[in-house]
Amino acid sequence: MVSGSADPASAPATPRGIPHRGGPMNPSADRIRDRFGSSFVRAEVTWGETTVFVRPESVYDIVRYLHDDASEQYDYLSDVTAVEYRDLELPLQVVWHLRSLPYRRFLRLKAEIPKGAPLRVPSVMPIYSGADWLERECFDMFGIQFDGHPDLRRILMWEQYAEGYPLRKDFPLRGRFSRSEQLRQALAAQPESRYSMTELTIADAFEDLPLEMRQRLAGGEKTGE
Amino acid sequence: MAEKRTVEVSLSTSGLDAEGRPQRTPLVVDEGGRVTTLEAPLAIEPELEGEHMLINLGPQHPATHGVLRLVLELDGETVVRCIPHVGYLHCGFEKIGEYRQYNQIIPWTDREDYLNSPGNNVAFALGAERLFGVEITPRCTVLRVIAMELSRIMSHLVWLGTTCIDIGAFTPFLWSFQERERIYTLLEQWIGARLTTTLTRVGGMGADIPDGWMDGLRDFARTFPKTIAEVDRMVTRNGIWVGRTIGIGAMSAADAVNAGLSGPMLRASGVDYDVRKDFPYLDYETYDFDVPVGTNGDVYDRFLVRMEELRQSVRILEQAAERLPDGPVNIDDARLILPPKSKAMSEMESMIHHFKQVMEGPRPPIGETYVAVESPKGEKGYYFVSDGTPKPVRWRIRPPSYVNLSAIPRMVEGHLLSDVIAINASIDIVMGEIDR
Repeated sequence: MVSGSADPASAPATPRGIPHRGGPMNPSADRIRDRFGSSFVRAEVTWGETTVFVRPESVYDIVRYLHDDASEQYDYLSDVTAVEYRDLELPLQVVWHLRSLPYRRFLRLKAEIPKGAPLRVPSVMPIYSGADWLERECFDMFGIQFDGHPDLRRILMWEQYAEGYPLRKDFPLRGRFSRSEQLRQALAAQPESRYSMTELTIADAFEDLPLEMRQRLAGGEKTGE
Repeated sequence: MAEKRTVEVSLSTSGLDAEGRPQRTPLVVDEGGRVTTLEAPLAIEPELEGEHMLINLGPQHPATHGVLRLVLELDGETVVRCIPHVGYLHCGFEKIGEYRQYNQIIPWTDREDYLNSPGNNVAFALGAERLFGVEITPRCTVLRVIAMELSRIMSHLVWLGTTCIDIGAFTPFLWSFQERERIYTLLEQWIGARLTTTLTRVGGMGADIPDGWMDGLRDFARTFPKTIAEVDRMVTRNGIWVGRTIGIGAMSAADAVNAGLSGPMLRASGVDYDVRKDFPYLDYETYDFDVPVGTNGDVYDRFLVRMEELRQSVRILEQAAERLPDGPVNIDDARLILPPKSKAMSEMESMIHHFKQVMEGPRPPIGETYVAVESPKGEKGYYFVSDGTPKPVRWRIRPPSYVNLSAIPRMVEGHLLSDVIAINASIDIVMGEIDR
């Protein structure tokens, strides 16, 4: 049984002899095509996994349908990530891995963002609260804006990280800055600056701040560790 | 056998029943994540106006299990807000993987969830094999099941020991680390390394098990349940333990699924999602084991679920040791498996294969795959995208403890500062995996 095409009544088994291309397609792909005709781009089956390509702006509606509809019930968001190809002509892809626990289905949803277009996709956080950190990481590593995410800021890299987005293909493996510049920035960082402004407004820690940070805070800056 | 079976784990909120078994009362969790059936729900006292305090927990605090940093807003001792900060251990594994051949990435998987190295190696190899379109040998399949279950026991033992220390019990830590040491000795005999095993290769294993190794495994599987029983007797009905864990950090089933929790965290909330049962790999559907499921999703249920998983892993180990077939470990594919050194030095064809593999690396066809396994922390997925070159375009780790940890603000808010430690311990985080 190929994952993604499992019949809920049958017992799942370890997949064997999966073809490279083709094979049974996840029935949700056809239903997305019927329902969201213009937003549906294409669907393909690779190594037994169904990938549905959709237009970036319609991701939220499609995921909402997949999550809510009784015949789909994709209630589990496994992963949100992005892929940039080495061939710089190819579009950057944002990838959602969805699971339907009741139907034991797996679906990969992809939105292609053409080169040069702004990297924006809708956030699915209103649907899956688990998308919070996954989208933040995707923003951190690729610079993709998730519209509707309430708190989209860097997560693995620090707030003031100025070298760009590490997992983009134009980012060199060693980083953009020289080692000496990276070291200089690390040594110059103030321990107090490791609190975001939002956090400092919690308590009366404001008075203990360095003057420069108090000025920034007074200037209305929200984050900026 | 293929039908999913679940075991209800015991939970005590008000002592023991007539048979001496802990009584179970399902807890009710309100929208704010607070348990409402407790006699005195933890609420913020509005009359007692006071300054809120900012507490910085970590990143160098031993109870944060690594370099996790939690910024907590406290009202008295009650957590009002929790802002986690991660990334102190970020190494860029995914970026590095784009510059390595597939077999060269396997050592990086050791270092990501370093308590579960063999399991990561197996998961990576499964994903890469799907991408290459090869099928492993029956002996390799069973050996990988053994590796996965041993590493599940290893990881749960570290969790058990450190959680007990966090909550104030020192002895189980010593017992569990003694047992963990035995598994490390077994791994050392198998592959030569203890922590960073690099056990698998794409298409097979780094080494077959040595003669007599199975006796050591059977010996472990026979005696290890005794230690679980001892810890069980020490801890499960211990008044301090029960008082510190029940009703703490509860997540309802719907919340847990929506938050993307996986592994024991999700199952403690009553959702019987286990990748081994729902999306099987390595013939897990042919093994007879149960998936423990909790009811309340609090720290105590997570403890019970993991304790039961230890016992179930031993069952799987016993069955795997029974059925281990003879035969080759590696597939017969000159593209992927290195020829023996003697042949590479004496036969022209083998030398060419050796040269091509080492200098260029095997090339998978263009394609992509997401392969998930049930790691001790939850659903661990590896997502590969190949453009037909020997190095992946994208190698993505789906880190279970990263997603599990992202729910910590909802779990701790409304609880006491000391409960933050217990809740954080119950998530079973490994910062190497979270920060990658």
